Amino acid sequence: MMYSEKVMDHFSNPRNVGEIEDADGIGEIGNAKCGDIMKMYLKINNGIITDAKFKTFGCGAAVATSSMATELIKGKSIDDALKLTNDAVVEALDGLPAVKIHCSVLAEQAVRSALSDYYTRQGIDPLPIVGEIHEPEE
Amino acid sequence: MEKRFIYADNAATTAVSEEVLNAMMPHFRNSYGNASSIYELGRNAQRDIENARAKVAAAIGADTNEIFFTSCGSESDNWAIKGTAERLAKKGKKHIITSVFEHHAVLHTVEYLEKQGFDVTYIPVDEKGLINPEDIRNAIREDTALVTIMYANNEIGTIQPIDEIAEICKEKKVLFHTDAVQAVGHVEIDVHKQGIDMLSLSGHKLHAQKGIGALYIRKGIVIPNLIHGGGQERNKRAGTENVPAIVGLGVAVESACKNIAEKAEIITPRRNRLIDGILKLPYTRLNGDREKRLPGNLNISIEGIEGESLLLMLDMYGICASSGSACTSGSLDPSHVLLAIGLKHEIAHGSLRLSIEEDVTDEDVDYILEVVPKVVERLRSMSPVWEKMMKGEKYE
Repeated sequence: MMYSEKVMDHFSNPRNVGEIEDADGIGEIGNAKCGDIMKMYLKINNGIITDAKFKTFGCGAAVATSSMATELIKGKSIDDALKLTNDAVVEALDGLPAVKIHCSVLAEQAVRSALSDYYTRQGIDPLPIVGEIHEPEE
Repeated sequence: MEKRFIYADNAATTAVSEEVLNAMMPHFRNSYGNASSIYELGRNAQRDIENARAKVAAAIGADTNEIFFTSCGSESDNWAIKGTAERLAKKGKKHIITSVFEHHAVLHTVEYLEKQGFDVTYIPVDEKGLINPEDIRNAIREDTALVTIMYANNEIGTIQPIDEIAEICKEKKVLFHTDAVQAVGHVEIDVHKQGIDMLSLSGHKLHAQKGIGALYIRKGIVIPNLIHGGGQERNKRAGTENVPAIVGLGVAVESACKNIAEKAEIITPRRNRLIDGILKLPYTRLNGDREKRLPGNLNISIEGIEGESLLLMLDMYGICASSGSACTSGSLDPSHVLLAIGLKHEIAHGSLRLSIEEDVTDEDVDYILEVVPKVVERLRSMSPVWEKMMKGEKYE
């Protein structure tokens, strides 16, 4: 199985690893049983994602997609972040092996999960804005 | 710390040894005759094939004409199992006994036979990765055609009670096949003394090239021919012989079986040092019985991390290893072997298998023991599972 150089770069030197103490939204997706868990922390100011960090339990692709997803949403508006698709993450990583595409879906869903948490904290029902969060199948 | 290159995945494959390569070389450009040809060049090839057959036979206690060359261990397994099934089904025997943690070359073969109407009993293994021979005795029925149990497990290295199983099969008059791909060259095998009816072995696990294997079929056992064509392998497996590979296999098996005890004496203490060193990390466990295992094998579960990430990071330090995580198996489920010994999915995902030989030195062991904790710490520091474990929360 071949990972692109970009994937290996983001795996070896993941961007934005860690936690945000006073995060405005925290999302978690996946389960240990299926082998991938992503936790995403967002700092949001005036509708702009000023900081994003993650922790991931998973394979090389899971780490790389988490890292890339945080890179792609940092400094962006919530609206833009909600438009982030797994395809965009895959493209930014110069592709993923077919069996690893589900990792990019997890990364997309982790961002949405964190945004959902942000709205919930604001007392706003996230469902109409963020939509349903899809947990991976066991 | 200076980066090293350490190959610790000999259960996956091995390098062709110099001795094997030297034996093979003349057969490419000089001694290239077809073994079926009448002239000297051909006769020489025939002679060299038969010499190789004699070497393989002697190394496992078989007679020369009981050894059939194949292209790999999987082919040997397929031939032994499907061949026996086909023949004995005609006598109304359509029941096969195997274990839950066989190699896929066996498991997928019996699953195929299940679809053809065969009944298969999967014997469980205990938490140490060992089969209870009595379970096999109890599973044997009137219509049992074959018992096929691996000699040593490829992931956790546990050595099965083959003598007892063979004894039971003999008593019950049921054929016994063993996939010994991981065992040949690592444990003493004498097929006649042990009462083994069929045995599969593979060249590339013991320093021959990839693409060559053998099946031992005890004299008197008839299974259908595998490949129809010319008269090669006594009509059983047609196709012009791969002379260089066969010659290489002969040298490799002879060499691997020559000094098993001496090799084990070198490897076992190093392997044990690796086990003890890695087990010093919190939340780790050794998979498989500690004593009844191949000398070079260790398999440890490391909680809070995932196997593929671990392998990729070890690779950056020049360490070649293996894991039972889903991500390395190409499916969503972690290793069926680790699940069979009772590991939970989340723990099975984070396993590390090292399979070493004598070339892994004491200094290499030191290096591995320096690198593994470093890599584990790094992966745990970014793992939400580890974070929850440390907070005493459940992770499901």
